[in-house]
Formats: sequence, C-alpha cells, structure tokens
Amino acid sequence: MASLAPTFGRGAMTNHWVDIKNSNLVLIMGGNAAEAHPCGFKWVTEAKAHNNARLIVVDPRFTRSAALADFYAPIRAGTDIAFLGGVINYLIKTGNVHQEYVNAYTDATFIVREDFDFQDGLFSGYDAASRSYDRGTWMYELGEDGYARTDPTLQHPRCVFNLLQRHYARYTPDVVSDVTGTPEEDFLMVCKMIAETAAPDRTMTVMYALGWTQHSKGSQMIRCAAMVQLLLGNIGQSGGGMNALRGHSNIQGLTDLGLLSDLLPGYLTLPKESETDYDPYIAARAFKPLRPNQMSYWQNYSKFFVSLMKAWFGNAAMPENNWCFDWLPKLDKVHDVLQVFEDMHQGHLNGYICQGFNPLAAFPDKRKLGEALANLDYLVIIDPLETETSEFWKDYGEFNPADSKSIATEVFRLPSTCFAEEQGSLVNSGRWLQWHWKGAEPPGKAKGDAEIIAGIFLKLRDLYREEGGAFPEPIVNLSWNHLSPEEPSAEELAREFNGRALVDLTDTEEPNKVLRRAGQQLSSFGELRDDGSTACGCWLFCGAWTEEGNLMARRDNSDPSGLGNTLGWAFSWPANRRILYNRASADPNGKPWDSRRRVISWDSERWTGIDVPDFSRTSPPSQGMGPFIMNPEGVARLFAVDKMAEGPFPEHYEPFESPLPVNPLHPEKPAARNNPAARVFASDLEKMGDAGAYPYVATTYRLTEHFHYWTKHVEINAILQPEQFVEIGASLAEEKGIYAGDRVRISSKRGEIVAKAVVTKRLRALMVHGRIVHQVGLPIHWGFKGRAKPGYLTNTLTPFVGDANTNTPEFKAFLVNVEKA
Amino acid sequence: MALQSLDIKARSATTTESPSVRKTTRVAKLIDISKCIGCKACEAACMEWNDLRDVVGVNKGEFDSPRDLSDQSWTVMRFYEEEPNGQFEWLIRKDGCLHCEDPGCLAACPAPGAIVQYANGLVDFHEEHCIGCGYCITGCPFDIPRISKKDSKAYKCTLCSDRVAVGLEPACIKACPTGALVFGSKEDMIDHADERVADLKGRGFENAGLYDPAGVGGTHVMYVLQHADRPQLYGLPIDPIISPLVSLWKGVTKPIAMLLLGLTVLGSFFHYIHVGPNETDEDEEENEAAS
Repeated sequence: MASLAPTFGRGAMTNHWVDIKNSNLVLIMGGNAAEAHPCGFKWVTEAKAHNNARLIVVDPRFTRSAALADFYAPIRAGTDIAFLGGVINYLIKTGNVHQEYVNAYTDATFIVREDFDFQDGLFSGYDAASRSYDRGTWMYELGEDGYARTDPTLQHPRCVFNLLQRHYARYTPDVVSDVTGTPEEDFLMVCKMIAETAAPDRTMTVMYALGWTQHSKGSQMIRCAAMVQLLLGNIGQSGGGMNALRGHSNIQGLTDLGLLSDLLPGYLTLPKESETDYDPYIAARAFKPLRPNQMSYWQNYSKFFVSLMKAWFGNAAMPENNWCFDWLPKLDKVHDVLQVFEDMHQGHLNGYICQGFNPLAAFPDKRKLGEALANLDYLVIIDPLETETSEFWKDYGEFNPADSKSIATEVFRLPSTCFAEEQGSLVNSGRWLQWHWKGAEPPGKAKGDAEIIAGIFLKLRDLYREEGGAFPEPIVNLSWNHLSPEEPSAEELAREFNGRALVDLTDTEEPNKVLRRAGQQLSSFGELRDDGSTACGCWLFCGAWTEEGNLMARRDNSDPSGLGNTLGWAFSWPANRRILYNRASADPNGKPWDSRRRVISWDSERWTGIDVPDFSRTSPPSQGMGPFIMNPEGVARLFAVDKMAEGPFPEHYEPFESPLPVNPLHPEKPAARNNPAARVFASDLEKMGDAGAYPYVATTYRLTEHFHYWTKHVEINAILQPEQFVEIGASLAEEKGIYAGDRVRISSKRGEIVAKAVVTKRLRALMVHGRIVHQVGLPIHWGFKGRAKPGYLTNTLTPFVGDANTNTPEFKAFLVNVEKA
Repeated sequence: MALQSLDIKARSATTTESPSVRKTTRVAKLIDISKCIGCKACEAACMEWNDLRDVVGVNKGEFDSPRDLSDQSWTVMRFYEEEPNGQFEWLIRKDGCLHCEDPGCLAACPAPGAIVQYANGLVDFHEEHCIGCGYCITGCPFDIPRISKKDSKAYKCTLCSDRVAVGLEPACIKACPTGALVFGSKEDMIDHADERVADLKGRGFENAGLYDPAGVGGTHVMYVLQHADRPQLYGLPIDPIISPLVSLWKGVTKPIAMLLLGLTVLGSFFHYIHVGPNETDEDEEENEAAS
C-alpha cells in the first residue's frame, strides 16, 4: 500500500486473481503464492497450461512455488532492491523499455529540481539525529503556471528518466551478484526473460506478499518492482500488474476501511498535530493537477471527508463546526503496533483491547511483548480461540516461562464468532467485495464482533452521558441508528459504508431536476457532495449496495471476452473496475496495445470495453489526460517525489541484522548501511546481533498446511504438519553435524527456540561479497496452545524494527546461530 | 465399503461371474505432478470425507506428514529432492492406490468378496469380509494396503466409490486448488494427459509422459511425470507386475492346495471311522487349566 500508492495512486493489487491467467510471464518474488495462496495459484497453473506462460521464482528458498517454476534463482534475504535495481539497469542498457508507454504514462519526461541530490547512499535533506529526511528537494521543477516542467525529448540531464538511468547504472550484473549472492548467469537469465515482456503484446505479472513487505525497506522493494513494470509497460494491461497478495481474507478490507493508526476509511488521512484547521487540512490533500488536463481525483477529497463525517456524526456534523473536524485526533506521530508495544513496554499504556489478533505470536521479540503486556492493568481479548496472547501470563515451561504471581494484568476473554459463523462482506486481494453467508451457528456464548463492540460502546456512552468526562462529544454524538442498537447487522453496516442521500439531490445545472431522492442509496462516489447532503462511510466502497440492492452478493460469472473479467460477479472497488489504470491498456491514441487483450479503447465518442473505464468515459485521447487519475501528474511515478520516507528512488540497504559489516554499495558510509530513515527504538538497537555471534541469515514464513497461529488448533491441520521445524541447507548441516530429524537450537540476540531440523538441498549456500552465507528457514505456525505439538513462538527470535514507511516488522531477514540441541 | 449402485466386475476368491447388465464408463483419476504444489488439500479432504484421523505425529526431518499410508491415511504426499538433469527439482507425488486394471490385491485375496473391482475400474475393499491375512499387501506392486491395528482389517483409498456411485468426483479432486488432480473417463484423462505432456515437452522435459503401467493392465489412477523414463525418481516402480508368488498361489498352487485340502478332509473322516474320537482324561484337563 505504501509503495503502490506513491507510484500509481492507489495502494492495492492492480489486477485481480483471474486475470493472472492472461500473463505471458509470472514473476513470483517476495512471496510464495503456491504455499501461502494455493487457491489463487490456480491462475498461475492456468496461465502455464493454456497461455503457455513461463514462471520465474526468485526466493532465498526453493519453495513450493519454485517446484513448478520454469526458472528459479536463489537470492540472499533482504537484497531484492539490489536485484530489481539490476533489472532496471539491464532493461535500460539493452533497450528493452516500452518507450512509448514510458514517455506517455510515466513521469520519465518530468524535470526534477536542481537541488535534488544523491551522494554516498543518502538523498538530499538527511538529518542523522532524527533519522529522517527533509523531503523538500524531492520534487519536480515547477513552471510559472504551477505545472511541472517536462522534456518530451528526454534530453534534459535532470529529467526523471536520465536520473533513473544514472541511479541504477551502479547496479551492474557483477554488483548484483556480489550483493544478492544470486549467480550472475541466473540473474541474467531472469533479466532476459523479463525483458521479453517489454513488447506491447506481452505482459508479465508480479506476484508478491510478505516476502517484500516484511523488511526494513519493504515498501521500496515493492516500488522497485513497480518501476520495472512501468518500464516494461505492464501496468493497466490484462495479464500484467503489481499483484499484492493479501494473506488474511479481509486484510485488504482492513486497510480500505482505514484500520491503521494514521488512516480514515477510503485512504483519507488523519490530520497531523500541526493541522488544527479544517481548510488547510483539506487543501493539503485535494491535490491540484501538476499537468494540464489531468483529473487528479483527490481534488474531491472534501466530498469524501464531509460524507464520512455525516455518516459518523449525523446531524452533529455541520458546516459551523467544520463537520466535526475538531473531534478527530491529531497525530503527533504514527501509532503503529511497534510504537504501541514500545509505549506499553515503557509503562505508558494501561489498557489494551485486542480484537481478532494474537500479538504475542504475531509481532517481533516475544520476550519484550510479554514484558509489555505484563505492564497493563487490563487486557481484553476478542477472539474465537484461546490465543497465546490471552495466556501470556501463564507458565508453559520452556515455551512460555511466565511468573504468574508477578503479573497483575487482568485479562478478559470475550469469545467471538469466526468467519463461517457470520455473514458480511470480505474484500479479497483483487479488491472484490464479496458477500458471504453464515454457514454455522456459533458455539456456546460466542458473539459476533459487531455485537461485542456495540456492547462496549453503549456502556461507554451511558457512562459519558451520566458522568460527562474530559471529551464526551464524539462518543455521545456518534451516529448509531440500528434496528437493534445492541447488535448492528452486517446489512446495515454495508448500506452505511455505501452511503445515501440525506436530502433530495438536484442537478447543479438544473435545480429542478432531482437526481436522487432523500434516503436513497447512492450508486457511485461521483454523487458525493461536500455540503452535508450525502453520508458515506467509505467513499471507495460506494456502489456496493445501491438501490439495486447488494451488489456484493452477485454471482454471475459470465465472461464474454474470455479474459476472466466478470463484471457481474460481486463488486470491485473502485466503481466495479477490475483492472486499475486500464486506460494504459491502450496506446496514447486509444488503440489497444494488444488486440487480443483489449480492456478498454476509444471508439471516437467514449471509452468502451470489457471493463469499467478507470478514467473519464468521455475524455478523448487528444485531450491528453493520463491513465493514473489519482496522481496530480496524471502519470505514474518513476520518481516518487516526497511520498516515500527514504527517497524517491529505491536504494539497496542491508537488513538491520546483516552478515555483512557494510553496505557493499557504500562501504565507506556507515549511515547508509541500513535504511537511514527507519525508526529504531534505543533499547531495540542494543538487541541487534552481529555476524560474529549470529552468523546465519534467517527468514520466517508460512506453510500451506497451516494458517498463521489459528490452524494449530485444528486436528486435521495438526496431523498434516504436527511439529515445529527449521529448514537448514545440506551444506550447513554437514558443517554442523546436524542430521534430518535432530533437535536444534536456534538463537538470536533476543532469545532462542528449539525445533526439529529439516535438512534440505532447497537452501543453498550463497557467495556474498567474498564470503559464504548460509540461510535458515523458520516456519511460524507453532505455539503453546492448540492441537499440534507445543512449540515456541518463532517471533522469540525476530528484531523489533520495521519498514520506514509502514513499520511492518523485518521478519524476513535477520541473524541467528544454529547448534545441535 | 459395499455399494449396490456400482456393478461389480470381479470379486476376490470367487469364480462365478458377476452379473452385469449395464455398460459402464471406465473412469480414471489423473495426477499431474507438474501442477502439484504438495499443499495436502487432498489429504485433508480425504480425511474429512472418509472420516479418518491419523495421529498427530512428530517431525522426522522432512515435509512428509503423515509419513506413510495407514488405515487412517489413504493418501499422503511424498517429497523427493532430485537432480535428474543436473538441475535441482522438488518432485512431489500424491501417493495412494492406483486402482489397477489387473489388481494384484484382489488376485491375492483369499476371502470371498473382501476385495471387489467395479465395472468402472475402481478397486474397493469390503472390510466386513476381510480376514486380515495381509495377502493383499503381498499382492500389491505399489505397497498400498495397510492393516489396521484396531480391527486387523485392510484399508486403502476407495477412490471415493460412494461419491463416484452418485456422480460426484472423489473428495481429493474437489479439493485440489491447482488442477493437478482431475477425474473423468479414462479416455478423456489420457487425452488431457497428452496435452499436458506436449506442454511439458515444450518446456524442455523431453521424457515427459504418462504413467499407466501395462504390467498391471493399466491403472485407473495415472500420473503425468516430467521424467516418465525414470518413475523411480518419484518412488514409483519402473515396471510393476503382480508378485509371482500371487500368480503361483492363485495359478498352479491353488488347485493342488484344494486337492490336498480335500484329501486331508477325506483322510480325517476315515481316521474317525477307523479310530474314533480323540479323548483326554479329566485329570489332564484340570492340570492344563491350573497351569
């Protein structure tokens, strides 16, 4: 999300699962779709079987995905930017760039400010003390008309394409091999296969997941791949795209609805501490176009925001109080989970409500998490299972050596339903909102999450009404119009996030023409207004439950084009568009790049095709509107301007725990060894290990047999993968005298675990920067609760540091030692 | 399990012909190893449908779990790390009954009706007739049947004969996410395999082919192999045949044995006529009871 939005304008899978079958080349890197997304992986086998597609897997381990790959290349964990930067360099050097696409649909021609600079691994504006950048210079040069200056001939030395070329010229095949450990001939083979998709009639899809997000520079890894796809002209095309695979069934819905500490629903953002006034808050988000004739759709920000406030606060949201803007929290900093647990560890938090979430298992440095939870007065667990978090205080011997007597935290466990015991909508990776129906009654006294939250809310509201308090307004005025206030139904909530007219909506041109009657459901976010006449809980979802009914429940899979674009199946945000940026599937004149995969094209009056145009339906090609309508530029960004924490171009930095003492690209610059903009808490920095004591690179991952920490509670899954293990390469095992089935002790500077050794040829030793590097694989699924054999939480070992943009923890690359137990 | 809705083609230890009036389509399951990711969804589906629960085991240093077939595990994934052409490959094979056209288990079985072959090709065990002798294991060239420690009867994959009988595909087929498992008429499955083999040859697997071994008359569970010239890479026998011991026992030996059995009965009868019943005195019986 934090990488695709700065590049394309929206943070989501660009295409959808079924569309993967239209690819000519599938690149699985930073993920293991066969293992973690076996049902979606069917579209890969379909592309291979019926579209003669090739599959490339680049991964530290020879994975289940690799088992079906046409080509596999090993890589050292945490060095994907070096690899992908090398691909960019290869594509430019060998002329395998879809130049017409790049010139028209990216910011390649834009000229960057003169004071932008990159020296010794650091971009201009770095402040070492705060580990952050002043991003002022990371911007295009603006003309007097307020528009960015461009050079369509690409001659200007500071146009983005030339800066890009210069930046990645350092990433030669031998440098790539030196950093990544990928043999040079393997790297070049991957480059060659990727380069073939620069042809307008060939597309590559990139499938990735946590293998890219869970690094201290994960967002930049993803961005780097997105840039490769832009150079190849593979965005907006059927069979192309940047396909972020979501791990939980509704995790896309989670971000869409803004359940992150700095977001509001629909990717609106909370104001910062400095933003105390309404108008500047809106102005800073309603981006004005940076080029003539561009849509810059965020110009409508105020309509989305006001409609959200009307949905939340009803009549209390008025123009006089800036639609309750003052009631919103103003962020001093991002309160991501690492920050929250750091605060809890320091004793600044006294209560924690934990819903559908097992942080003791899911976050890094289990010991620290346990200490933090012990600082709480109360902990509320809303979950269908007995999670490890709910029993953090209980002694489970070596797996959880807790001293219960010294822990005063009061734990409340509220049993909730699981997905099959309730109805509602789930958003899948491909942005489809799919309605699902209840399959079974919940056991015992389990209640649905909405009912539990409603119970807590109503009690709190009573208390605020009776006793007042420091700031009762948002609680006592919250709109709560449900048939049964104790149990808001899924239908009611879905209708609310879709939105409705609050008064008769009339045409702005013809005041007597009523477009929508008061009380009616809206059909699209185009109907939203910022005068308080519409309410909408999430503008992106508008159109999901209209006057026609619940479109998420549609199950029409007719597919007239054969490209799998089933517009009558469920509802896809935004506006039922299936392939984002699909204007880019056609050339600047509106003709499809490839007639066999026509998505939309210009028919002399309007855009038509097999998909809903992600574009103005009637804007002719001659007008020059760009396909990336959310970006003020109208085009996609090869140069991310000021949107990324660590710089506009991805640069390789070592993981925080690296087997190398320096960044091979900047050996003289210690500040550029690791991500210079990543936030690290002082006490965690002390707990970073070095290669002397912890010589092996470890990476954590999932198995098909299990889902996170849930399915160890299920007998069948426990039978299929019963006991915790660690994967060790055959050469390391031989060096250590470890045999398959031996018990081994894996330790990091934060703790140790014991597991069975799976000795395998699938993990190869790599030659990295003059030394042999061994990698160790740690599946995560075990713990001290459930039907499977009791085990250690793998996150006993992992470091407490995250990505500079998202703070997603660095689970995929850290250091351990391995010994026979 | 016994099924009235499927026509029986052959029945163990039975010489009379099975009645058969309908013409039945011969069916087959095709396992495409080049599409299999080893996710074990088929194993889970098999457990669910057939109500099987093996023990929660231990890890012995490999992905395989359960590690072997059992009365509670009728199919298991076997993972092989091989370098057939100097390139590393991870070959993953779903193991289980192949449902031979000439089933060695059925030929070896001495219990009437304990093993049947349906007219559509499925080979099924009817545990209510099983005597637990284990001859089916000797008869099987693929080492599939397992004797239960609980009831001492033999178990193996039924190819979900109860589902197939009512027009459903086997549970494993329904669960497979990648299209590695397909089910249909044997002819259609061979056609489908031809397509897959052509695709694999186009990707450099020159010896890709179908595993449908002639030594057992062909099978109703077939494999698409990337290296059909070396089935041993996948733990499959190169040229499976029914054990010569079974042929001997059911071929030449059986009539002789029957003759000897008859002679024994006859001899016993004359012995009884001539000598009278075998008797022991009471003291002896008491001593035996006390000891």
